[in-house]
Amino acid sequence: MSDQKRADDSLLEVRDLRKSFSVPNAGKKKLCALDGITLDLSRGETLGLVGESGCGKSTLARTLLMLERPDSGTVRFDGIDPFGLRGKELLAFRRRVQMVFQDPYASLNARMTAGELIAEPWRSHKGLYKGRRDREMRVRGLLDLVGLGAKSFDKYPQEFSGGQRQRIGIARALALEPDVIICDEPVSALDLSVQAQVLNLLNDLQSQLGISYVFISHDLSVVRHVADRVAVMYLGRIIESGPTEAVFDRPNHPYTAALMSAAPKLNGEQRPERILLKGEVPSPLNPPSGCRFRTRCWKATDVCATTAPPSAVDPEAPGHAAECHHPLLQEGTLASV
Amino acid sequence: MTAVAERLPDLDETVLEVDGLTVDIRTITGTVRAVNDVSFTARRGETLALLGESGCGKSMTATALVGLLEPVADVVAGSAQLADVDLLRANRKTRREIAGTELAIVFQDALTALNPLYTVGTQLAEPFRIHHAMSAKEAKAKAVELMARVGIPQPETRLNSYPHQFSGGMRQRLLIAMAVALNPSVLIADEPTTALDVTVQAQIMALLRDLRAEYKMAVVLITHDLALVAEEADRVAVMYAGNIVETGPVAEVFADPRHPYTKGLLNSVPVHARRGDQLKSIGGTPPDLHAIPAGCVYQARCPLARDICATTRPALDGGDRKAACHFPEEVNCV
Amino acid sequence: MSTQLDLVPVKPTTAIVGEPETRKRSKWFRLLVNDRVAAAAAVVLGLVFLTGIVGPMLVGNLATHIDLDNSNQAPFTLAHGWANILGTDPLGRSMLARLIVACRTTLSVAVPAVVISAVVGSAIGMWAGYYRGWRETIAMRVADVIMSFPSLLLAVVVLYVFSPNAANIVLVLAITRIPVYLRTARAESAELQSRLFVDAARTFGASAQAIIWRHVAPVVLPTLLTVATLDFCYVMLAESSLSFLGIGIQPPDVSWGLMVSQGRTYLHTAWWLSFFPGVAIVITTVSATILAAWARIATDPGQRWRLTVPQKRLSRFTKTTKALS
Repeated sequence: MSDQKRADDSLLEVRDLRKSFSVPNAGKKKLCALDGITLDLSRGETLGLVGESGCGKSTLARTLLMLERPDSGTVRFDGIDPFGLRGKELLAFRRRVQMVFQDPYASLNARMTAGELIAEPWRSHKGLYKGRRDREMRVRGLLDLVGLGAKSFDKYPQEFSGGQRQRIGIARALALEPDVIICDEPVSALDLSVQAQVLNLLNDLQSQLGISYVFISHDLSVVRHVADRVAVMYLGRIIESGPTEAVFDRPNHPYTAALMSAAPKLNGEQRPERILLKGEVPSPLNPPSGCRFRTRCWKATDVCATTAPPSAVDPEAPGHAAECHHPLLQEGTLASV
Repeated sequence: MTAVAERLPDLDETVLEVDGLTVDIRTITGTVRAVNDVSFTARRGETLALLGESGCGKSMTATALVGLLEPVADVVAGSAQLADVDLLRANRKTRREIAGTELAIVFQDALTALNPLYTVGTQLAEPFRIHHAMSAKEAKAKAVELMARVGIPQPETRLNSYPHQFSGGMRQRLLIAMAVALNPSVLIADEPTTALDVTVQAQIMALLRDLRAEYKMAVVLITHDLALVAEEADRVAVMYAGNIVETGPVAEVFADPRHPYTKGLLNSVPVHARRGDQLKSIGGTPPDLHAIPAGCVYQARCPLARDICATTRPALDGGDRKAACHFPEEVNCV
Repeated sequence: MSTQLDLVPVKPTTAIVGEPETRKRSKWFRLLVNDRVAAAAAVVLGLVFLTGIVGPMLVGNLATHIDLDNSNQAPFTLAHGWANILGTDPLGRSMLARLIVACRTTLSVAVPAVVISAVVGSAIGMWAGYYRGWRETIAMRVADVIMSFPSLLLAVVVLYVFSPNAANIVLVLAITRIPVYLRTARAESAELQSRLFVDAARTFGASAQAIIWRHVAPVVLPTLLTVATLDFCYVMLAESSLSFLGIGIQPPDVSWGLMVSQGRTYLHTAWWLSFFPGVAIVITTVSATILAAWARIATDPGQRWRLTVPQKRLSRFTKTTKALS
């Protein structure tokens, strides 16, 4: 994809986003959730966001939804900075980014029927569908679009299964006709067979409506299936990003390689010795100096502790970059001497 | 392919034999059969996986064996032989004797499975104090040994920490430590890594494999993750709506499934599907246990369903590889 | 190609099974009728309120008609006229009539007091719980201050300084009870802030008011109802304490509390003077509590099924597992 086309299609540009939280009982120390995030999203594209707990992906999702205000950095949505907007403009802007939540049980208010839940966004955007009949028709249309029958209109969430509830969540996210939907682990809480149905639905909706997705997941096989490009997060930084195939087939960063290695594979092809990382993710209150991954990295050397790692670009795919002092593609997987 | 090479060949002894286990649940709208005629065996040094989605009865099977069924659930038939004891008919005294020494269970949520008010050292020492009547000092020493064995750094200092001061992976290691403390013959692991990150999952599964070899245990792994089963289990029993629909060695079952549900599950995992392709999902909705049809339990969602499926329930037939389907040969054409 | 789903709903154990879509009003009626105890409580409470509203008109001046010949007559005999079936007080006034008139007074003190404190307390509480931060701190400290005053002492002081009329009593009782609602509402509101559906509402741009009204209030309401009915009992008893001390309802007005206190000196000789008003208080408060418990279940879609199943089937849940023999 040429740079020019990219620029035209570019929907979301995030540059050097930073966000910290002050934690009670930790005194002056702040919890650094996002430490300079840079990413791009084009129209109709799916960006996969992969990472383990504590990496900051939820904070990133919440910031993109304008539920949190970043400390520094810029977000450009179709050229506009949403954090500079106020009042009515901000409200109108919220239509463009919506979210599908992870937990289909907790994200729907159990006291509202499916019809009310899907129509809820319009109560804050009164101009959209004025008449009651209009709204009702639109809700039925959405229910149809996500594959739920007309009878679902008056049912409460408890009367649906997990997969069906997730469909209600998706219908609700579509209610405002957004450009971007952030899917926060949308299928993790679902059974395997239902997972496939919901993934197919998301796929359909993208081809029908041209929505872009930011797909957050810890399940690498799912991300591989849905994402055009993928970004791997670790302790608040994107340590590798690029086209999905490139990142998953030829990981450049040791952490990505470890993730790929740790994930159990169904077809169990012969693959190199499993990489078992030592220890666990360090606390975001006290991230390691220099490269954040060095405490668990088998290739770590002195320079990793003192300087932040530079960006290493994959020679075969220019969009594929990782930040590492000892990238795998350039130096191989063995520990550096 | 995976765990086969690690199985110690001389330890093939069957330690747990479950035969015809049936569990009913009393609900508002009637009695529901949550587990129907489930039979399997677990052998030393081997991992048997109970694979299925939510509501298939795999967890209920485990809790029935361990004796932790909720009050509305009744075991109505079956036997479970472990070390000359029928687990389903054991009285409280017998259960207490074999708990930990022969049969142990590790649950999914380590935080709720550990008592938040007692230190980790106290909880780890408990099995020793109860079953081996050790003194507090001896039991503590054993606890330190255990913690080191499961890979918890600085065990002497961490003895006095509370469960909430450990991370998720560490807590799961603690649970495993408590479970293997008394060298049980059978370890049931109920979704042990579902709540953990993938790198931690790899560590925990490696630990379980080591312990299995060292203690010569039989491991019953309950999970919904096919890839995990492919990598960690030797044999698999696929469950649907309370019934076992297919069993056999993992490699063979996954390469050549003989039941449409197994095939459907394998299709649902996005492995080879390219970007933008639809996954071949299983149509329909999860089964309603209140309304299990006569005949095959899977007929409502099965692409191969025919008249005979509605009338006759297929038996779980076969030798080492069993499948409860009238048309097992046609499965791979789906 | 859209994903066709054959929607066979998972047979719900948590919803009204197989019920056709009926009008709202009959749904509530059926839920009430199904719970016999709650239905009885509703009837009793209805009677009490009806008595309070129309009773005094029917009774006329029987309550104030002094007849010293008939003073302190025992109840349960018709010898002194049907009006004195519950006995008479030292001034010969009919107990029955006085009870009926007192009903109106008691209710007109207790109900407004509870309503005012509930509305004000929960509004402040939900607002404080939504915003957290300094608003929460201030609201809680105000509640703490009010709670740390012995409420009866506060009432005594206030009513002594200002005149002890019904409006002042209502106000004082209302203010001393605000903290209970405030704290409950704040706690629930604060807990709800971390719920995903509230986050979802924020992503659509819902304002604070909208979120409180749409998501927080419906969840907080059932708890508040329960608290309010318990409080209703407390307020009735507090009013009787104040009357006991002589700074509550002043004669010739009469309330149940006042009747209880007036009968204090006659407990050995004319027990009915305190007994019947006491029973009236108990019946009212117990009915209110039962009805609140029913309302709590009925307004929660997740729990409503309990009211749609015949009572005897529910008992099957309490049997414990029997071991295989």
